[in-house]
Amino acid sequence: MALRRRAPAAHLQRRFRDGLMHRVQIAPLLRSYTGGLAEDSVPGHTLGEILAGLEARYSGIRFRVIDEQDRIRPHIWLFVAGRLARDLSQPLAPGDEVQIVAALSGG
Amino acid sequence: MARRLVVLIGTRKGAFLLHADPARRRFTIGGPHFLGNIVHHVVLDPRDRRTLLASAKTGHLGPTVFRSTNMGRTWKEAARPPAFPKAGDDAKPRSVDATFWLTPGHAAQKDVWWAGTIPGGLFRSADGGVTWDPIDGFNRNPAGAAWGPPYFGDTPEGSITHSVIVDPRDPRHMYVSLSTGGFYETTDAGARWKPLNKGMAADFLPDKDPVYGHDPHCVVLHPQQPDRLYQASHCGIYRLDRPGDTWLRIGRNMPKKIGDIGFPIVTHPRDADTAWVFPMDGTTVWPRTSPGGRPAVYRTRDAGATWERQDRGLPKEQAWFTVKRQAMATDALDPVGLYFGTTSGEIWMSRDEGRTWRCVAAHLPHIYSVASATV
Repeated sequence: MALRRRAPAAHLQRRFRDGLMHRVQIAPLLRSYTGGLAEDSVPGHTLGEILAGLEARYSGIRFRVIDEQDRIRPHIWLFVAGRLARDLSQPLAPGDEVQIVAALSGG
Repeated sequence: MARRLVVLIGTRKGAFLLHADPARRRFTIGGPHFLGNIVHHVVLDPRDRRTLLASAKTGHLGPTVFRSTNMGRTWKEAARPPAFPKAGDDAKPRSVDATFWLTPGHAAQKDVWWAGTIPGGLFRSADGGVTWDPIDGFNRNPAGAAWGPPYFGDTPEGSITHSVIVDPRDPRHMYVSLSTGGFYETTDAGARWKPLNKGMAADFLPDKDPVYGHDPHCVVLHPQQPDRLYQASHCGIYRLDRPGDTWLRIGRNMPKKIGDIGFPIVTHPRDADTAWVFPMDGTTVWPRTSPGGRPAVYRTRDAGATWERQDRGLPKEQAWFTVKRQAMATDALDPVGLYFGTTSGEIWMSRDEGRTWRCVAAHLPHIYSVASATV
């Protein structure tokens, strides 16, 4: 089955060029929140802002991956431009993609 | 309209509903709900007989609570699940790993629910489980500042808050258990707590008679005689009759070769002297299996003075399951029905108060909780 992806609208494409918008890949285990979307475009200067943007669209998604102390949950990996992020203060450069991944933790 | 009996099952891989016919002879399994989620508890609100709450998490995703008002046809996630407050600079940051226990509030407090978590925390909802608030009086220091540090040694999964009990006579009077941590009472709806652990053994601590730090596994209060409490623990089976404050180790009257270690304990809904336990092997390296591979329920009908073995219909040998603390329940029918769910994914049922047993569901995942509900 082809994964559903939302095509960025023209105004969003401008924001991509401005560096504010970021493609976010969403792990399958979170797609019950996104209505099946595998990818979305979210504005933000930091990883924390990306998560806040996701929460604004998909209520409840943030707490499943970030705990109440703003720590990334132990079995969740967040990649920014292909590098593992350690915390939400991670800044995003223009064009950086964010991946939310279920860590390999069960063998 | 005739009521229907439903057995609510939480497992390591989702929730299931087991529907009984009026005679409790035929059972039909429904589900899974939340397949792949760790579901520690599924509870029906006895006040409206329609609101179901289920606690869920996965190996990757954080803990949450789901709510259904149509017996699981649709579920809606809590808008604000149980979570500790953001830690200040002077506090150890804590995050909820699992919502372990759910208790409907007092009959007079519609929409109030209580939740116990791992690590040990107590939370309250005033809107039927949609939003949850921490109970600071418990979470910050259940033992009271005078008695020392706020947190205790943890079990492997972290300390567990369970057996959240609301006195049917007074919503401000509650009991809560911490495993490990001990048994606590509040008379002001959770603002202040005092330990009630006298008489309980704590064989795993250097101080054999500590004020707190014990390991209750399951505590129940008799609904018609609310001063009568029973407890199954890491170190014995006990009874407490309030206003007394000292637990009596009624497990001493169990057969020595069986012992008195186990997780669950349930009471007869209309007879405060009758209770059932499911013993497990707590000797040597703590196998936590049915003793000798021969599972049995033990019943007392005299408040723990004597116990009788009830194993008719259960496997006679080479059955090494056990039953977790939330995984045993009674119904309210006459004669009382008993249910337990095993770590090997079976639901066993007795419709004659434990005399005979039969397996009414099998091949389920590891079972964490069993509750009966009349809808």
